[in-house]
Amino acid sequence: MSILEVNHIRKNFGETEVLKDISFSMEEGQAVSIIGSSGSGKTTLLRCLNFLETPDEGTIKVRDEVLFDGAKKENPSEAQLRQRRLHFGLVFQQFNLFPQYTALENVCLAPQLALKEKNEAQQKKITEMGEELLERMGLSDRMGNYPHQLSGGQQQRVAIARALALQPDILCFDEPTSALDPELTGEVLKVIRSLAEHHTTMIIVTHEMTFARDVSDRVIFMDGGRIEEQGTPDEVFGHPKSERTKRFLAGY
Amino acid sequence: MFWTVTLSLLEGFLTTVKLFALTLLFSLPLGLVMSLGSMSKIKVLRYPIVFLIWVMRGTPLLLQLLIIYYGPGILFHTNVWGSGDGGRFTAALVAFVVNYACYFSEIYRGGIQSIPVGQYEAGKVLGMTNGQIFRKVILLQVIKRIVPPMANEIITLVKDTSLARVIAVYEIIWSGQAFIKSDGIIWPLFYTGAFYLIFSGLLTLLFRYLEKRLDYFR
Repeated sequence: MSILEVNHIRKNFGETEVLKDISFSMEEGQAVSIIGSSGSGKTTLLRCLNFLETPDEGTIKVRDEVLFDGAKKENPSEAQLRQRRLHFGLVFQQFNLFPQYTALENVCLAPQLALKEKNEAQQKKITEMGEELLERMGLSDRMGNYPHQLSGGQQQRVAIARALALQPDILCFDEPTSALDPELTGEVLKVIRSLAEHHTTMIIVTHEMTFARDVSDRVIFMDGGRIEEQGTPDEVFGHPKSERTKRFLAGY
Repeated sequence: MFWTVTLSLLEGFLTTVKLFALTLLFSLPLGLVMSLGSMSKIKVLRYPIVFLIWVMRGTPLLLQLLIIYYGPGILFHTNVWGSGDGGRFTAALVAFVVNYACYFSEIYRGGIQSIPVGQYEAGKVLGMTNGQIFRKVILLQVIKRIVPPMANEIITLVKDTSLARVIAVYEIIWSGQAFIKSDGIIWPLFYTGAFYLIFSGLLTLLFRYLEKRLDYFR
């Protein structure tokens, strides 16, 4: 059983077709990289999975549970939408940390708000989990710092910990290093790499080709709102079939 | 003489402070409601509020005081404000509340709209409810951003309260000016200026403190 099954997703913004018939699936524990030039629809696809955008057509299934079906013209309630979103985590290009909270508070805020009944034991458990996550991110000495006191790479690692705190089925990364100085991308990629080694199910939209090749189990190349080619890193990077893929990869 | 003047001015100042405080008490929340309305997708809600804001910000407060006080009586032959000092004070208060709520609502709107959309989206993907996102994520950031413009507006309100005299609300300048007629002296008017300066000085300190308290994040 695939953990995620995306079928025939279409999305228009006004007259512009951003996603034209996207279908793919992935298995639990896999890391899938999505590559492609800017404007090819990669980010929109991630935003559809996280229900920040609603596709016009198609289905999204997680562990065989239908989360979205464009054929059913339903109007999900806010609570339903929230429930569906929790299957996915999203790490943004611009981090989007909450500036008024410390690193640790950023990680713990959402789990604490989600508690049905607030008691000290549970809140303590969440704090401990937050500390553990930040330690895994190599930020044990930064837990009490506010975002503006952290470097971009550190902020992005806090954001990753924050997304992991909700234990999503699938963690999505939207160009996680594009807003970073070249010097800082390494520390973020290292963290994502270690997540891959621990078989975290991930979808990574990235322009870091070497990284995508090393870390992912599957690679999807998107072009003009379509999946042009997909396969193992070796297939896509080593022996691309499509001319378009070849041309794109030649640029790197 | 000094004590007579001081006592008289204090009496006027009490009215000034009362008008100031009650205006804030009502216009701050009303402004928030109006700002939400002015950003609403529902046109029947948005248009009237945007129109009201346009009128209240586009015409003199002095004119609004006169129309709100005299309007109902002359147009509909009913005295909605009650008689005497209390009635005039109520009319002035209503004018001030509506006028200032309009200014505040625009400040709130600016503050709310200046928060990057990524903050809302981060809250959403973390499974927070819209209410939680507003209360736990957005609100404090908005407050931080609106403290300086609010301070400006609130200090303006201190001085604007003197306009209420146009419908014979006996605020502090009225008290001071009375001594020109009765005793032929001008210094009580300067004295009223001192009251304003001290009051706005205290508010300046308060807002500076607030800004400092919110300085821990960016």
